[in-house]
Amino acid sequence: MSAAAPVAPTGPLIEAVRLTRVLPETVPVTLVEDADLAVAAGEFVAVTGPSGSGKSSLLYLLGLLDQPSRGEIRLLGAPTAGLDGDARARLRLATLGFVFQFHFLLPEFTARDNVMLPMRALGRVGAAEMRERAEAILASLGLADHAGKRPDQMSGGQRQRVAVARALANAPAVILADEPTGSLDTRSGEQVFRLLRDLVDRDGTTVVAVTHSPEFAAGADRRIHMVDGRIVDDERRP
Amino acid sequence: MSLVLEIATTHVRARARQSLVAVLGVATGVGFAIMMSALMQGSQVDFVQALVNALPHITLSDDRPAPTVQPAERLYASAEIHGLIPHRRRKGIKNPLATMAALEGWMPGAIAPAVNTQVIMSYSGRDVSATVVGVDPAREPQVSNLAVKMRQGTIRSLYRATNGVLLGSRLARKIGARVGSNVSLTPPNNVRMNAEVVGIFHLGVRTADEGTIYTLAKTAQILADQIGLVNEMRFKLADPMIARDVAGRITAETGYLAVSWDEAHEELLSAFRLRENITVLMIGAILLVASFGTYNIVSTITHEKARDIAIMKSLGLRERTVRRIFVLEALMIGAAGAALGSLLGFALCLFLGSLEFEFSAFTDMTRMPILYSPAHYVTATAVALVSSGVAGFLPARKAARQHPVAIIRGAT
Ligand SMILES: Nc1ncnc2c1ncn2[C@@H]1O[C@H](COP(=O)(O)OP(=O)(O)OP(=O)(O)O)[C@@H](O)[C@H]1O
Ligand SMILES: [Mg+2]
Repeated sequence: MSAAAPVAPTGPLIEAVRLTRVLPETVPVTLVEDADLAVAAGEFVAVTGPSGSGKSSLLYLLGLLDQPSRGEIRLLGAPTAGLDGDARARLRLATLGFVFQFHFLLPEFTARDNVMLPMRALGRVGAAEMRERAEAILASLGLADHAGKRPDQMSGGQRQRVAVARALANAPAVILADEPTGSLDTRSGEQVFRLLRDLVDRDGTTVVAVTHSPEFAAGADRRIHMVDGRIVDDERRP
Repeated sequence: MSLVLEIATTHVRARARQSLVAVLGVATGVGFAIMMSALMQGSQVDFVQALVNALPHITLSDDRPAPTVQPAERLYASAEIHGLIPHRRRKGIKNPLATMAALEGWMPGAIAPAVNTQVIMSYSGRDVSATVVGVDPAREPQVSNLAVKMRQGTIRSLYRATNGVLLGSRLARKIGARVGSNVSLTPPNNVRMNAEVVGIFHLGVRTADEGTIYTLAKTAQILADQIGLVNEMRFKLADPMIARDVAGRITAETGYLAVSWDEAHEELLSAFRLRENITVLMIGAILLVASFGTYNIVSTITHEKARDIAIMKSLGLRERTVRRIFVLEALMIGAAGAALGSLLGFALCLFLGSLEFEFSAFTDMTRMPILYSPAHYVTATAVALVSSGVAGFLPARKAARQHPVAIIRGAT
């Protein structure tokens, strides 16, 4: 799988500069404060930190689901500040893949149809090719036999893998995962970790994953630690 | 199938029962809207048809539109004359034959002269007042449908007796006279005349059937005590819709007042217009209420599917696309309701049309006059679709605007 959009050859894939997000409540709530971060293509980054430290908030900002109060995000070398809703949606669809703690599959759709959803929304290839590709992705995640099942006919681990498959649908350059193994047992969790690991190693996909699991974090290339909305530690595995 | 359509279908199917209730709501609205339009327009068209067929399109009477101008006023611009007893004109239209010939020259239709006078008709001790219309049996069939509306006898039967009369069906029933009965006619300030009933007509217009007596012009002139009198001319046009314009021209040319059928029944026709407006309002209200059901189901679905909406938006579906899903759901309900409602409306029309009634309206129909017009179905369907679209758009817009982060946080 290759990145959907041309990657700036030298610069980082994702770049956050003094990223700050403050909720404008009566007593303003700071979710993320002055976060500087650059993620290169093909990196596997784990984001750790205590509960409430702003990990999810950072991920939403990087995934253009939320907009920063200050600072800036550059995606594939291009600034994102001036983009309108549709342009941001388009960028998410074509270059980003999301995996959340909860699977968020459409309950009435089969695994295959759920995986095809982002492809159909993007509409770059024909129906037959979409179907073929969806089944190939599902098969690569060990779900070949479950393509025709609806979410309620699958186990939690299988559902989460379908969610990963959906994130891969448009061959995104970056996968953003928020506790993808959080709701899974150890074995299923390991499976999903392996899957992400393989994507990085085999396909050169970039993964940024929030996790509470020390094993998961230990298996990543790089670990970012957050406390109180700030990045306090950023270490690369030797 | 498009993605939007597929998702919309699954939503509606998942809420099948509630969606069906919404569909039935729209169907009821559309059905009754169609039925009411068919009935309202049907009775109006029916009535106008009866008027146009039964009565002359234009009636020229010997009234002058303006009061008599005194000779002195004609001479001096500033003169104003008080206390004069105006010169009493001889009744009737002057030079009726010449006038008729002149009008026949340009008018697109037929003309028949008539002699109108009031009488009290007595028969077996009962008295009723009636209008005598003296006609020319040769010309009359060209301006009214009297000839074809005879129940007994013909117009020509008038020639059979010395003073033959044709009675309206209701008038005959009211006094109990039949063909062959001898009635007496008493005009105001004149002597009584004995007459023989030679025919019964039924025009279907209540006022005419209840109070009109047709005689020969000559007979009516005797009753009016003025030989050669013609105080009315009646016109039938090829196109009744231009009657008002033609009447204006006749008034201008002859100096006598010509009144078209629609002017003569202005009040009735404006009552119809009022009724039309009320109908439109009622139909609007029905369809509005029906669209509440659609609004309800669509907003229920958007709440239920908040999670799906959030994930679709976070995956990168545009706001517009998400909105379309729910508007489409409303339109599906609206379309199904309109289709079902059209069938319902048609069935209601058939049913109403099959019932028999005794109406006491201006005309004596026995069945509901139903007008079948594709326009009713098209209009009701269009209104149902538009109101469903609006009913769906409001919750759809709200749902599509939702910030996915809030929902994703809430669900995780
Ligand atoms: N809408 C909101 N209103 C007020 N506070 C909020 C809101 N959303 C998030 N927060 C707060 O912002 C902080 C950061 O939240 P965030 O979800 O990013 O933490 P997290 O690191 O992902 O935690 P966890 O590991 O428990 O998922 C938390 O303290 C949270 O309570
Ligand atoms: Mg979190």
